[in-house]
This record gives sequence, C-alpha cells and structure tokens, in this order.
Amino acid sequence: MATVIELPVETYKGPVDPDWCPGCGDFGVLRSVQTAAGKCGVHPKDLLVVSGIGCSSNLPGFIHAYGIHSLHGRSVPVATGAHLANTDLKVVITGGDGDGYGIGVGHLIHAMRRNLDVTYVVMDNQIYGLTTGQASPTSAKGVKTKSTPAGNFESPLNPLVMAITSGATYVARGFSGEQKQLGELIAGGIAHKGFALIDVFSPCVTYNKINTYPYFKERVYKLEDEGYDPTNFYKAIEKAYEWGDRIPLGVVYKTEQETYEDNEPVLKKGPLVKQKLGIPKNVHQELIDEMI
Amino acid sequence: MPSDAVYLIDPSHCGFRGSKRAVEGVRMQEVTIGIAGAAGDGLDKSGDTLAKTCGRLGLHVYAYNSYQSIIRGGHIWLRVRIGDKKVLNHGDNLNAVICLNQDSLERHAPEVNEGGVIIFNSDKLKLDPTLVPKGVQALGLPMKEICKEVEAEHGALQPIMQNTVAVGAVLALAKLGLEEASSVMADTFAHKGDKVINLNVSLLKVGYEYAEKNAKAITKDWSFSKKRRPFVTGNEAIAFGAVAAGCKFYSAYPMTPASTILHWMAAHAQQVDVCVKQCEDELSVINMAIGAGIAGVRSMCGTAGGGFALMTEAIGMAGIMEVPVVCVEVQRGGPSTGLPTKTEQGDLFQVYGASQGEFPKIIVAPRSVADAYDTTVNVFNLADKYQLPVMIISDLLLSEHPETVDPEAFYSDIKIDRGQVVTEWAESKGKFKRFQFTESGISPRALPGTENCNFVSATDDHDEESILISDMFTCEPIRRKISEKRFRKMDNLLKEIPAPKLEGPADADVTLVCWGSTSGVVEEAAEILTAAGVKTNFLVLKWIVPFHAKEVQEILSKAKKKISVEVNFTSQMARYIKMETGVSMDGHVNRYDGEPLEPKEVAGRVQDILKGKKLDLDVSEEDAKQIAYHYLRTHYAEKLRPTKVVQESANGHGEPVWSIELTERATGKHGGKMKVGVHTGATYSFEKEPVEAK
Ligand SMILES: Cc1ncc(C[n+]2csc(CCOP(=O)(O)OP(=O)(O)O)c2C)c(N)n1
Ligand code: SF4
Ligand SMILES: [Mg+2]
Repeated sequence: MATVIELPVETYKGPVDPDWCPGCGDFGVLRSVQTAAGKCGVHPKDLLVVSGIGCSSNLPGFIHAYGIHSLHGRSVPVATGAHLANTDLKVVITGGDGDGYGIGVGHLIHAMRRNLDVTYVVMDNQIYGLTTGQASPTSAKGVKTKSTPAGNFESPLNPLVMAITSGATYVARGFSGEQKQLGELIAGGIAHKGFALIDVFSPCVTYNKINTYPYFKERVYKLEDEGYDPTNFYKAIEKAYEWGDRIPLGVVYKTEQETYEDNEPVLKKGPLVKQKLGIPKNVHQELIDEMI
Repeated sequence: MPSDAVYLIDPSHCGFRGSKRAVEGVRMQEVTIGIAGAAGDGLDKSGDTLAKTCGRLGLHVYAYNSYQSIIRGGHIWLRVRIGDKKVLNHGDNLNAVICLNQDSLERHAPEVNEGGVIIFNSDKLKLDPTLVPKGVQALGLPMKEICKEVEAEHGALQPIMQNTVAVGAVLALAKLGLEEASSVMADTFAHKGDKVINLNVSLLKVGYEYAEKNAKAITKDWSFSKKRRPFVTGNEAIAFGAVAAGCKFYSAYPMTPASTILHWMAAHAQQVDVCVKQCEDELSVINMAIGAGIAGVRSMCGTAGGGFALMTEAIGMAGIMEVPVVCVEVQRGGPSTGLPTKTEQGDLFQVYGASQGEFPKIIVAPRSVADAYDTTVNVFNLADKYQLPVMIISDLLLSEHPETVDPEAFYSDIKIDRGQVVTEWAESKGKFKRFQFTESGISPRALPGTENCNFVSATDDHDEESILISDMFTCEPIRRKISEKRFRKMDNLLKEIPAPKLEGPADADVTLVCWGSTSGVVEEAAEILTAAGVKTNFLVLKWIVPFHAKEVQEILSKAKKKISVEVNFTSQMARYIKMETGVSMDGHVNRYDGEPLEPKEVAGRVQDILKGKKLDLDVSEEDAKQIAYHYLRTHYAEKLRPTKVVQESANGHGEPVWSIELTERATGKHGGKMKVGVHTGATYSFEKEPVEAK
C-alpha cells in the first residue's frame, strides 16, 4: 500500500470566506471535507469538488481545490463525466438535500447503481435553504414551511435506505456538530473504492427551526461505539431505518465491489485525458473499408 | 434552352406532393430501385447488398428508407437511386420495385415509370393488371420452382431469402452483373462460413438468370469505373469524424434518429478508444459531456429534438463556464414525440434559443454525408479554440440515409488544435485567472490536475478569477466586461468560418435558399429548373451561429427572386435570415408530412410560385387513397383496399368529399365506402358493409 502523506487542513483554505449564515451547519461540513482531503493526502491540484446549486452547493467556492459549481441537481452527472475523463482526480461531490434527493435524485440512483468511484457529501438540512425555506424531500411529515403552511403531508425520503438498495458501496451518516467523526467518515469515503454517500445533518439555522443542533445532539449516537458491523446488507437496511429517539451516526454499510471504472475497457489504457487523441492511420483505413 | 423544355415539370401541377410524372434525368444515367414490404422483412439488407455492389462498381448511390416506429409489420419503403455521377438525393423516379407483400404491391406498382419493372413473388402475391402502368413489365418470380435446385442442396429456404432472389433479378435488369454482388455476399456472410455464402450467391444467380430470360433490361450499359466508395450514413460520418478528431467521450440516451451515433460509437469503442456512456436521461447526457470537457477530453453527445429540450439548461452552463463540448441534435418530425421516424427541419429555433441568457455558441448544419464528417472534424477545433458549446444540427434524412462517398472525403490528415491550454504555471506568476479579460476574448484554460491553477467553473457569473459576482460581491462593471469578453470571441470566430456562397449560374432568375439535407434536393431542383429555361442558383446556409449577416444580405438583396425551401411548416430559416438581414423571401416551399422533398417536386413548386399559382392544399385523389389505406390498416387489418375514388358535392358535410370505394382483397367484391373531406381531410363516414348484403 502506498503510504499516504497527510496534508494540513490549511492547505485547502479557499480564496474567499463562506457567506453562509453564522451558525449554518455547512461550515462544519466544509471544515470536515478539508480535514478529510488532508487525511487522504489529496493534493489540491488533484481534488475536484463538484456541486449543484443551493447554499450547500456554494462549497466549492470556499475550498482550495478545482471545482465545478454546476446546475441545480446536475452535480452527479457533471462529476461522472469529469471523473471518467480523468480518473486520476479525486472527485468529491457536495450539495444539499434538495439538489441531490429532489431534482437530482434520478442521477444519484444511477451513479450508485454504477458504483462509480466518487464521494458524495449531502448537507441534509431538510429544507430548501437558498430559496428561503420551502419543504425538501427529507422534510419531516407535518412540518410547516413556506410551501407547506398547513404542514407537509408527504413522507420524507430515507437517503440511507435508498443508497444501500441502489448499490452504493459506502453509506454513512454524519453530523456537522460532530466534526471529528464527520472528517473521518468523509476520509473513509474518499479512501473507499466505489460510490460513497455521506448524508450529513447540517442544520439550517435560518429556515429549519425543528431539526436544530440541540434536536440532533439529544438523539444521535455513534455506531462505532456500539460495535456495529457495517458489512451486513440486511442489518444495514434495518439500521438505516432507525429514527426517533435514537439516530445512528457512522458507517451504516460498506462493501467491496467492482467499480464502473474497473469495467470500462477504454480506461484500462489510463485516464482518457492522458491518452493520445485521434486514431492511427491503419484504424482509420479499417473504418473506411468496413463501409465498402 | 427551348421554351418547350418546360415540359420537364408537369405544368398542371400545384399540389402538395409534387409531380408523379416521369421525366428524363438531367444529371446522369440513373436508375432507381424501390423495395417495399413490412418491417422485419429484411429489406434493408437487400438494399445494402444492392448499394454496396454499386459502390464497388464505381457507381454512385443515395438510399432512403421510409420506415415507421415499429419493429415488425408496418410499411417500409426503401429507395436506392443509382447513377454514374454523384447522386444528390433519393430522387423522384422509380424504375424497378421489389414488393414483398400484397399491400406494397398494390401501393407501389402504379408508381413505376415507363420502361420499368415490378418484381414480386408470384407464388404468394397477385398483381392486379389494372395497377400496372403502361409500358411497365410485371416480373412474377415463381419462387418454389426456380429455387428447387438450391433447396435440394441447402434445405428449405426461409421466407427472407426470397429477397435475395429478387435482388438477383434486379442486378440482371439494372445491368449490374453478378460478380460484385457475389463479393459483397462473401464479405457480408464471411462470419457465417462458406455454406451460407454459397447459398446466397446461388439465390442471386437464380433470380439473375430468371430475369435475364423473362424480362427486358431497364437501363443501358453502364461504364464502371470500379472506384470503390464506402456507403455511409450521416450519423456514421458524424461519429467517424468525431473520433478522427480526437473525441474520447460520447454520451447519449437512445432516441431516433440520433441512436445510430451511439451504436456506431459503442461498436467501435475499443477500436478507437472512446469512452461511451449510455446515461439515465438527456440531462445526464449533456452534463456528463460537459464534465468530461472541463476535465480536458474532447467530448460529444447526441440526441433528437425531445432529448435536446431536456439538455437546454446545460447548454447555457457550457456557455457561461466556457467549456468546449459538441452536441448533435438530429431533427425528426415534431412537436413533442411527433413523428419519431420521419424527417423534418423544425428545430432550428429550439437549438437557436436553447438555454436562458446570452452566450457565445456555434450552431452548424452540415449539408451532406461528406460534409457531416468534415464539419464534425472541424468543430472540435473550434470548440477548443473558442471554448464554447457547439451544436451540430442535423436532420433524419441526413443522419440516417446512406450514400456512397468518395473515400478521400474521410481524410485522416487532421490537425488537432486544442486552443490555449496552460500546462504549467509557476506560483511566482501570481494567481492563475481562468477567465482573464483578453483582447481576443479567449482566456487560456487549465485542466484540473494542473499545479497552481486551481479555479472553480461556476454557473453563477464570475470575475476573472472565477469568483462569483452573483450576490455577495456583485459588481456591475465586471459583469459588463465579462459579457463583452465572452462575446468578443464571436468576432474572430466569424472571420474563421467560411461565408456562404451562391452556387449555380450567377445571373439567375431565381435563388433558392436552403439548409441541411434539403441542399441535395435543391441542387438538383436548380439544375432541373435551369434546364427547363428558368435559370436558378441556390444558397446553402451552413453556419447559423455565428452568422455572416452582411454577406447573406448582399447576396440576397441582389437576387431577382428568392424562395426558401425547407422541410417544415413555418420556414424557420427564412425567418432567421429576415431577422439577421432584414431580407424577406418572395416565396416558400415547405413540406411537413414527414417525407423529404424531392427535386422535381421542388422545381414544380418553384415554377408555381413564379407563375403566381397558389399552392393547392386540398386532399388529392391520391391523398384520399392514402387516407383510406391508413384507416383500413388500423381498423380492418388490410382486409379491404380502396379502389375507385370519386369527388362528390358537400351533401351536408360543409365541403366537397372524396367518396372512396372499398373492395375486399380476397374476393374483389364491394366491401364498404368511405367519405373524406376535400379541404379538411375529415372522415365523414366509414362503413364496412357485409359482402353478403350487396
Ligand atoms: C432548475 C432550477 N430550479 C430551481 C432552482 C432554484 N433553487 C436554487 S437552490 C434550490 C434548492 C436548494 O435546496 P438544497 O439543495 O437543499 O440546498 P440548501 O440551500 O438547502 O443547502 C432551488 C430550488 C434552480 N437554481 N434551478
Ligand atoms: S439559509 Fe440555512 S442553509 Fe442557507 S446558509 Fe443560511 S443557515 Fe445555511
Ligand atoms: Mg437543503
């Protein structure tokens, strides 16, 4: 195994300071992504952070790395294209619950099914923050938001269950109030070969007055403290459903599977971006001959 | 040119579908062979054999397959036009037709030109002699009998093999010989072994010999140059051009008529080292292609109008992020799902207007298969150099029809220009500015993985360093300057691409204006008109954005009469030209029934416009029959067929009607009546009457 040379968290200090509301959970996530990148020794030139649109999706602007701040819901396909083009890059996708589980959920499911070798950190605040507080796909039943003044009557989506059943091979939950653990979870995701989904409770202090820091502090516990084994698929699904008074944090499911990149024959010759462009003359002639 | 040469175009005609009248070709020695049957009858294979044979003999071919969106059944109509000069379109002649079922026989027998031949399996099909035009031969092939020996050797033949016998007959009557066709068979079935090759060659021979003895040739002797030409579709040319230009990533979601790019790419992926990704939807398709573009590979994606509608938001992302990416939009009949397997040029404004906001982009419409290759090769350089999205707008006819192309058109000597890419950046040079404001508007880009060049590609507008100016640090002058920077790219780009030029005689009476695959039809229509005494030239618009407004304005304002020719309802190109130049057309030729325009049809319609004749959109007698066929097929499984069609007065329907006699196929007895409105095409009555009652 190649030895990892860890880099200090300051390596990733971004060009501008975040403009999130003071106290927003996303600060902790940013810090944890930086810690994780450093832990994994990813040089800023080789780190590509891809996001969609939302408060949380502003993250690439606040970290020293390459970044793509794409369209609402499209971070996953953009990241897929970038990663297939250059598999030497470590790709971390960041975004919100609306971005990833709402408008972009179709892409997410398929990326997990493909077991693409990328890491996805979702800052799940159970609300649409940037658009000033409408219900999101993870908003609890009954909550009143700007778009559900009489109470939300849709059931929330369970991202962990969705990830495990869709084929993600590293599924974890973190909390931006537990930064040390979160850094390790993200680092685990980056180091993992395959699709890693890390759903993070990242409270929106402005628009979600229910799922607050104290709300989670009272309920969360760490799976690693209870000797939980994340390799059992069915146990993991059971764990992923745990909610209410006790909410688990940590790696819920982890398995080693072939990745999409492993099976793409053209990548066997190295990253696409480093391959020679165009086709050799003899192949060119073969292509013409086959049409005669 | 004597004025009576105007007979070339049926002077009485001014209907929608153009003249059916046979005329001599003005370009070349030519013969057109039709093959008609149901989907699943394998007639595309027969067409391929015929076309490849010609391609090896040194003849030119243009084939057109009019098919429907079903895998089995349905009516398929393939035309292979063969000539001793470049064939520009599928034409409007029919010299031989192979009919594989009864429906096809009834529909197409009447269309054969004088001197031509109708070929069919006489064991299975009956040809009503009244359907055979004057001077046309009927060649029924008694399959069972003539294939006896072959069956004795190879066992019972599958029905699909009758096609090969019929192709053999055509080879004889079109004077194409057996030798090259046998070599095509040998290559086609090489993977199946000698026995299958021999079987197929024997079948060709059976048909060939029978036809030689029992029918007259339909053409004079050819002189074969033996120059071998590939037989290629527009989509194959686009795919080939892309990989030749260094495309390494192709993403798509299946959609006719773009799917064959995906198929070609997937089939050749490992041969040409291209990563092919079938995505979950077109949103993913374009976003992946853009992601790959940012990471530094040449990437392309393809779709039809419906898929492109889903892509539009991301096209703007490529615009503001200044990402090189190529997107192919193959138009089919719209709106919405429209006519999935039919051609149209109705998406110009969709592609032009794709995505909110304003940004530099390229829109280019190739005109032929050879041009599709060349265009694709070139746009990859332009995309890289100017860092913008390129949309290649094709149409079903261009993308799906195959034609023989000079092999030189697929040149391999390609200069790849990646534009300004920073590969090294010393920290001492200060911060790398991804969107540096430059005179040319082009900001050198760096690829992720390059040291000291970190930046964010953002969809929010940004400053030189790619820091957002959208909310926290809004700055009006920077917004103004970055907009100007982006649009400055278009000035140089316009200088780099060729301006459109008039083709044909300079001092013409009429100038036809067209784009895309319609160009091949217009070129021949202009020749027909000129030969008929109406001097005609034409202007093909290929580069749509950026647009040579000044040059086009100059050309068109000098033209005596300007007529646009487009396969759409609203003359989108004519409107676009007016918007860009202020020049209006004097007339429009449009077709929007799913089928491509044909040269004599265009020539006739142009003459009508010149004479001030109004286009007659009424349902013609032939149309009435087609409408009847449609309802009979959908409701009565083809048990009936339309026979006599007569026009009647309104009879309370508010418009005159076509009264269509329906006849039982099996018995020839009266089977019902149908009434179709002459103006609206409405079906006022549709009765199937029990035969006994009559
Ligand atoms: C296509 C499209 N639709 C809608 C929007 C508006 N929009 C921006 S962010 C957002 C929701 C953000 O929610 P989430 O992803 O949870 O991020 P948060 O702000 O909560 O971090 C919406 C609807 C958009 N930018 N693009
Ligand atoms: S609105 Fe909510 S999610 Fe957005 S920055 Fe403020 S606290 Fe964070
Ligand atoms: Mg949110």
